[in-house]
Amino acid sequence: MDIFLQQLVNGLVLGSIYALVALGYTMVYGILELINFAHGEVTMVGAMVALSAIGLLTGVAPELPGVLVVLAGILVAIPACMALAFAIEKIAYRPLRRAPRLAPLITAIGVSIILQNLAMLIWGRQYVSFPAILPGDKYVFFGAQISLLQIAIVVLALLLMAGLWLLVEKTRLGRAMRATAQSREVAELMGVNVDRVISATFVLGAAIAAIAGVMVSAYYGLAHYYMGFMLGLKAFSAAVLGGIGNLAGAMLGGLLLGVIEALGAGYIGDLTGGFLGSNYQDVFAFFVLIGVLVLRPSGLLGERVANRA
Amino acid sequence: MFAVSALAFSLACTLSGCGKPQDGGALIKIGSVAPLTGPQTHIGKDNENGARLAVDEINARGLTLGGKKVKLELLSEDDQAEPKTATIVAQKLVDAGVVGVIGHLNSGTTIPASRLYSDAGIPQISPSATAVSYTAQGYKTAYRVMANDAQQGRALGQFAVGQLGAKKIAIIDDRSAYGQGLADEFEKAARAAGGTMVAHEFTNDRATDFTAILTSIKGKGPDLVFFGGMDPQGGPMLKQAKRLGLNARFLGGDGVQNLNFMKLAGLDAEGAVASSPGLPIASMPGGPDFRKRFEAKYGPIQLYAPYAYDAVNVLVAAMQRADSADPAKILAALPKTDLQGVCGPIKFDAKGDTQGGAVTLYEVRGGKWRVLETVK
Repeated sequence: MDIFLQQLVNGLVLGSIYALVALGYTMVYGILELINFAHGEVTMVGAMVALSAIGLLTGVAPELPGVLVVLAGILVAIPACMALAFAIEKIAYRPLRRAPRLAPLITAIGVSIILQNLAMLIWGRQYVSFPAILPGDKYVFFGAQISLLQIAIVVLALLLMAGLWLLVEKTRLGRAMRATAQSREVAELMGVNVDRVISATFVLGAAIAAIAGVMVSAYYGLAHYYMGFMLGLKAFSAAVLGGIGNLAGAMLGGLLLGVIEALGAGYIGDLTGGFLGSNYQDVFAFFVLIGVLVLRPSGLLGERVANRA
Repeated sequence: MFAVSALAFSLACTLSGCGKPQDGGALIKIGSVAPLTGPQTHIGKDNENGARLAVDEINARGLTLGGKKVKLELLSEDDQAEPKTATIVAQKLVDAGVVGVIGHLNSGTTIPASRLYSDAGIPQISPSATAVSYTAQGYKTAYRVMANDAQQGRALGQFAVGQLGAKKIAIIDDRSAYGQGLADEFEKAARAAGGTMVAHEFTNDRATDFTAILTSIKGKGPDLVFFGGMDPQGGPMLKQAKRLGLNARFLGGDGVQNLNFMKLAGLDAEGAVASSPGLPIASMPGGPDFRKRFEAKYGPIQLYAPYAYDAVNVLVAAMQRADSADPAKILAALPKTDLQGVCGPIKFDAKGDTQGGAVTLYEVRGGKWRVLETVK
């Protein structure tokens, strides 16, 4: 029981990070029907910028409490990622907005490769380790070890999701986003500045990605120029699982994918009597994805089109 | 203006056949292959630097073959630690006309590439591929300058049960030719010494999350966790294990016995044990001196740089014995290698493995790798 609970906690933490990154994919897809493959790299840049800032700050003021330093790192990473996403949209995607859909998709992959290599040049090829400045308090619930950091990640992720939800549902910008998602032309006719809304969507997704990037690197204690690739792929799968273009779907898909992965890796060996091992961890997650897509091609929550952002 | 003159110069070079340096000697190409992008980049670059240092030193000293002055050129390729890329860059080097190859870094890339070098008749000396099967394929071109996994796995397995007193052992491997091979050899030796395997879990050489398999392992209550793989996984793995309250002893091979592992695992590295083929660098015959020369140029040694350095010297010594840069003649001269390398004396057996390679065990104490013992 305690092992099961521990796996569930592992999965939830991983899943909340997936969910945050998946939000960026799903928001952009909802509005442009573009899969922004560079989003994983934006997450990586967030982690790297934050780590540089944290390194600088601990050098200048070593007596500052760790939580404050990490917060400062996040506050530096958010505008950096926002500016980056703004530039990517303006330079790489906007000129192609009327091009066939394949063109921006390939551009997105290109941007992702460029960002990876730029990051390699700036921060080097080495793994950068996250300094051990966060309190390592642990709590034991029914035999499962839960750290303060894990609780913070899950709570912060839920708050961010709720905040984004409110923004999309209750604000003027949110309404403009929903209108643009439904029909770009009609929204434009109604006086919505579509270019601004699209920029805002990218920038908003990037801000959340920056936070997710810091979370991943704090949680696993490392960051490297390569980390955005797999994370992006998993988050994209999570968005598809939940129904791409749907905000609630991305959140559900992310959490679900994290839990499935953790439980899959933890139990597949015991369940199949050692025939399949934990090397099938990723296969298992993608297998569930395929299964869902066969039964519900639009994803778990993919039908409520009106809700997509 | 500068660009124009540079272009004119290179054009003039092409026209007049500047393949040869000004002093009239011929240019001899040597290949070096290692991952230069991806998670293992730091180790790959380290290999390239080791080889480059040797090439630069030999060029500075001057090399004469068949009565003519020659100059070495190192062609460095990136195999991304991927088997399929390895064969592509191997073909590229063969086509470029290299007379020998230093590489590759990983066993998983060295083995598929070795067929191409064998077909082309080009000697291949791997500084760091330790999988047993590399030299067991019967290729006359395959050599290595490091003890193989059978020697290392045996030492690790016996040490785990004997000196560390492990009874219940969990194994994790990264499914690469190296990680899997080492884990299998370790398991055989540990079983033979009386240890019980309670779990065998898997990951891959790109993973960062190990909490699921570690939690599962924790449920089986092992007193030792063995990891077959490299430091980008090993470091974070150890950190995550400690966070989950899994306090078993951590044991690994040469893939984690480096500085980066310590950096990634942080304070959690304390007490971890890992092996490395050969002697510790400080007790290598040419170790301290090599370190000084290397670090002046490239910074701290990551892992296998001395082996890459030795591999180049083995190749060039064979050239000098053959008095030729013809790959066939180099191949004929290689079995007679008897060289005092930085890492120790190098002699090959019939398969191309080093004879009597030593394995050294290290433990992290006070934030440093400290030598426990060297076994022959």
